[in-house]
Amino acid sequence: MSNTLKTLTVASAVAAALVGQTTIANAQTKEKCYGVSLAGKNDCAAGPGTTCAGTSTVDYQGNAWTLVPTGTCTTMELPAMADGTPRQGSLEELDRDLPS
Amino acid sequence: MIVSQQDFYDGLLNGSSAIPNGLVDNLGQPAGDRYNVYRNNIAASLIEALKEGFPVVQTLLGTENMNGLANLYFRKHPPTSRLMVHFGHDFPDFLSQMPELSHLGYLPDVARMELEMRRSYHARDSRPMDTQELETLTPEQLFSSAIELAPSLSLIRSSWPLYSIWRFNTEDNAPKPEAIAEDVLILRKEYDPEPLFVSPEGADFITALREGKTIGQSYETALLRSSTFDLTSTFGMLLAGDAIISLNQKGHFHESAHFTA
Repeated sequence: MSNTLKTLTVASAVAAALVGQTTIANAQTKEKCYGVSLAGKNDCAAGPGTTCAGTSTVDYQGNAWTLVPTGTCTTMELPAMADGTPRQGSLEELDRDLPS
Repeated sequence: MIVSQQDFYDGLLNGSSAIPNGLVDNLGQPAGDRYNVYRNNIAASLIEALKEGFPVVQTLLGTENMNGLANLYFRKHPPTSRLMVHFGHDFPDFLSQMPELSHLGYLPDVARMELEMRRSYHARDSRPMDTQELETLTPEQLFSSAIELAPSLSLIRSSWPLYSIWRFNTEDNAPKPEAIAEDVLILRKEYDPEPLFVSPEGADFITALREGKTIGQSYETALLRSSTFDLTSTFGMLLAGDAIISLNQKGHFHESAHFTA
């Protein structure tokens, strides 16, 4: 592609992108509201420290951790990639592979 | 007997260590139980904070696993800032170093994405440029302009189906992820960051723009990956997400011509 052609291609692509925006006017006047989550999303992105973590009575003194098969990663197995790399997230699979 | 600050601190991060000797309350009574309550609350609040910061990782692993991991994590990586919104910044690396999680190769990327969503949320506000300015430029001027992008913009490159994994775990009835690599663009129109799927060549284009390259140079970079690069859709995404803050005309168009070698 010649540079002239590229220049024109870019210009027309940007022009087309601009046309696509015309319906979205600068009319949004949302007030900033902390802690409001997006519809359908499970959490606000503000992160920790933005709400008060309650006082816990749970004993967190131990620091042992054993993997137990729970969570969506056990159901969300990903098929192998084209190169045959296994891409699955089964924790049961994982347990079998752990050195005993 | 005086308790050193170091002993007091060390005991907080190691729940199985002995209570420092010599702690007394205001009546001179031994205050070991108070210390226990104090360190238990530190543990509980940091575990809670980590879970709040990584909701999708928690969904993927289950609450029990997340509790256990968070318990290990905060003891090895206690907060380095008093601002709790920064807590967990090295959680992705921590996850990638856990041998027990090595089969969940996508986990660190999911954690990175959640960190970026948070960073985007707290990024400086910015005002999108007036698009009328874009319309007044000649094709040559446009080609040789660099773009200043919104500080809230984030791009996460992944060799995993990151966008689909995120959707699958945050939306009802979202399709199961397929085994393809997906990059994620985070744009924050107004105040809520939103993750968007972006093609690899689109991600190349945005990466080049962020490096200060001109629109023309960035376009050429994206073409190197795919000759079918759809500039209209990528540029439209940036416009729609209020991600274009200003244009900077770098100079004459011909100066960028050498870039095409």
